[in-house]
Amino acid sequence: MAIWVGNETRLLVQGITGKEGEFHALGCRDYGTQVVAGVTPGKGGQQVDGIPVFNSVDEARAETGCNATMIFVPPPFAADAIMEAADAGIELIVCITEGVPVNDMLKVKEFMKQCAEAGQQSRLVGPNCPGVITPGQAKIGIMPGHIHRPGKVGVISRSGTLTYEAVWQLTNLELGQSTCIGIGGDPVNGTSFIDVLEAFAEDGDTEGVILIGEIGGSAEEEAAEWIRDHFDRPVVGFIAGRTAPPGRRMGHAGAIVSGGKGTAKEKMKTMRECGLHVVESPAELGETMAKALSS
Amino acid sequence: MKIHEYQAKEVLRRYGVPTPRGKVTDDAAGARAITEELGGRCVVKAQIHAGGRGKGGGVKLAANAEEAEQLAGEILGMQLVTPQTGPEGQEVRKVLIEEAVDISRELYLAVTLDREAERPLIMASLAGGMDIEEVAAENPEAIVRQHFDPHLGLLPFQARAVSSGLGLEGKTARQTQKLLAGLARAFIETDASLAEINPLLITGEGDVLALDAKMNFDSNALFRHRDIVEMRDLAEENPLEVQAGEHGLNYIKLDGNIACMVNGAGLAMATMDIIKLYGGEPANFLDVGGSASQEAVKAAFQILVSDPSVEAVLINIFGGIARTDRIASGVVGALEELGGVDLPVVVRLEGTNVERGREILQEADFDFLVAQHMADAAEKVVTAAAEKGGA
Repeated sequence: MAIWVGNETRLLVQGITGKEGEFHALGCRDYGTQVVAGVTPGKGGQQVDGIPVFNSVDEARAETGCNATMIFVPPPFAADAIMEAADAGIELIVCITEGVPVNDMLKVKEFMKQCAEAGQQSRLVGPNCPGVITPGQAKIGIMPGHIHRPGKVGVISRSGTLTYEAVWQLTNLELGQSTCIGIGGDPVNGTSFIDVLEAFAEDGDTEGVILIGEIGGSAEEEAAEWIRDHFDRPVVGFIAGRTAPPGRRMGHAGAIVSGGKGTAKEKMKTMRECGLHVVESPAELGETMAKALSS
Repeated sequence: MKIHEYQAKEVLRRYGVPTPRGKVTDDAAGARAITEELGGRCVVKAQIHAGGRGKGGGVKLAANAEEAEQLAGEILGMQLVTPQTGPEGQEVRKVLIEEAVDISRELYLAVTLDREAERPLIMASLAGGMDIEEVAAENPEAIVRQHFDPHLGLLPFQARAVSSGLGLEGKTARQTQKLLAGLARAFIETDASLAEINPLLITGEGDVLALDAKMNFDSNALFRHRDIVEMRDLAEENPLEVQAGEHGLNYIKLDGNIACMVNGAGLAMATMDIIKLYGGEPANFLDVGGSASQEAVKAAFQILVSDPSVEAVLINIFGGIARTDRIASGVVGALEELGGVDLPVVVRLEGTNVERGREILQEADFDFLVAQHMADAAEKVVTAAAEKGGA
């Protein structure tokens, strides 16, 4: 089993006529995802390798019954694309775009709250994330599908390639993954660690979780406390950025130690106190999970 | 993105925030003219991006125009060292000359984003001039906090809550509320990540003035703020970081001797961490982007090797969508184009077609140290740097 993405996913790609959008739409389809539609305003009626393109998400939804979307729209228009998808009632919105202004995300969150209050609940993953994959079933995102293997470890991360690193370690140890979710590296995003953990807790087939955080904010501490109180399966944790200088943004918009808060040291300490298996070295994520599962 | 104090005041004045009268100049004679225009006593303030300028001797009071010229002459061109600049300091290229005002009290005001609440947050304290982090650590209840809705803006009752929380009354309270509304509006409308007034001054007459101002902006929103982009002062930034930015690379200079080149920000941080864990010191953070193209790798190499403290290079690439063999060819191609480098280069490739990728590295003219996994790579590069340093 798995969470959020699977054989039943019917994927829309917003920004499908762009270079990245097309490349990854086809990449998802090659992996086995049902890619049923694309949207680019003004390009309705075209096709991208057989995938029909519509002018609006509403139209795509009505014509194809898509229930998830992957967004590749450039940063100035990405927030609008997310809100359009939420307005059309798309259940899962995965925004890959990097560089969305924080203020735009505050608007998006408010809009999605209003949609939810009106009875139309969507889940946003990202922005600035690699996406979501349920190995062997479907992927929504830019991750390399073939490094994954179906199985029982859930992976949650704020990073892209560092997640691939963890997945690859697991796969090489013949530990498959249930679902892997990149929640993104921005300071304000759609889905939190806790949202994912809640879903994994409901998923009987996820036997352990790897949680990869980084400096900045306090999402990892909150997740650790939630795990202590609500989650009884093993969780292996790592925080990137122990050597990052304070006050500098380390690539990701949200990866910054400011006012002495959000340090890796503090996060790892809280995670340890809450009973997580914290690794000092990113090279030990897989092994540590293997040990935790066999004990 | 950061801007100077004089620029932050310029932005805030547009939003009705009162500041002392003043002008910026890059020469001492200009300082004299400005002081004469302002009519007497003035403050000469070094304009660099780092804080703590007063402590480093970058802020001086001048009794008259002649003294202002002399002080400006001393401050301009100096390497100003503050707790935020590092020991080498930052060269002062501009000074702000401002009328001296009499100070009765100093407050602290700032707007920032509260990531957890996902709302802007006003922080205010009576301990103006002090570092807010110190106040927060020593006396957290002395800080007045007020969230506001980014779409509705700071509402009048919220502004009143802040001023009464600070114990302000009468004219001072009214002026502070007005100033807060302007500050909050400036924060939202310019896509700022920080708008700080420290200190906010209360004069003997009870008027309020922003004596110092600092603004940082969300880099992701600069596409809609041409005027702010124009305020960027490249002289204040590390030249290698500026060069990297021009190539679309994300580079941050650090103090160590092991350069690293990685695809992806999270993996780049993790690579720095593992170098440290194996007893080395990373010389930089560098994200060459997810696909690690030959052009990106070449530009990155040029930047890495132009840092004289670098004694070894670690390339850590996880080839995902971009196949590892292609990345290996790119690395070899980049090195060939550069005519090789006189440094040990450890390469760790992982992912698709990794066997072929490693073969390409082994077959190249350049003597790469090929690592099998991340821990192996860290160990190899730390050893190589120690040998190079000791040689």
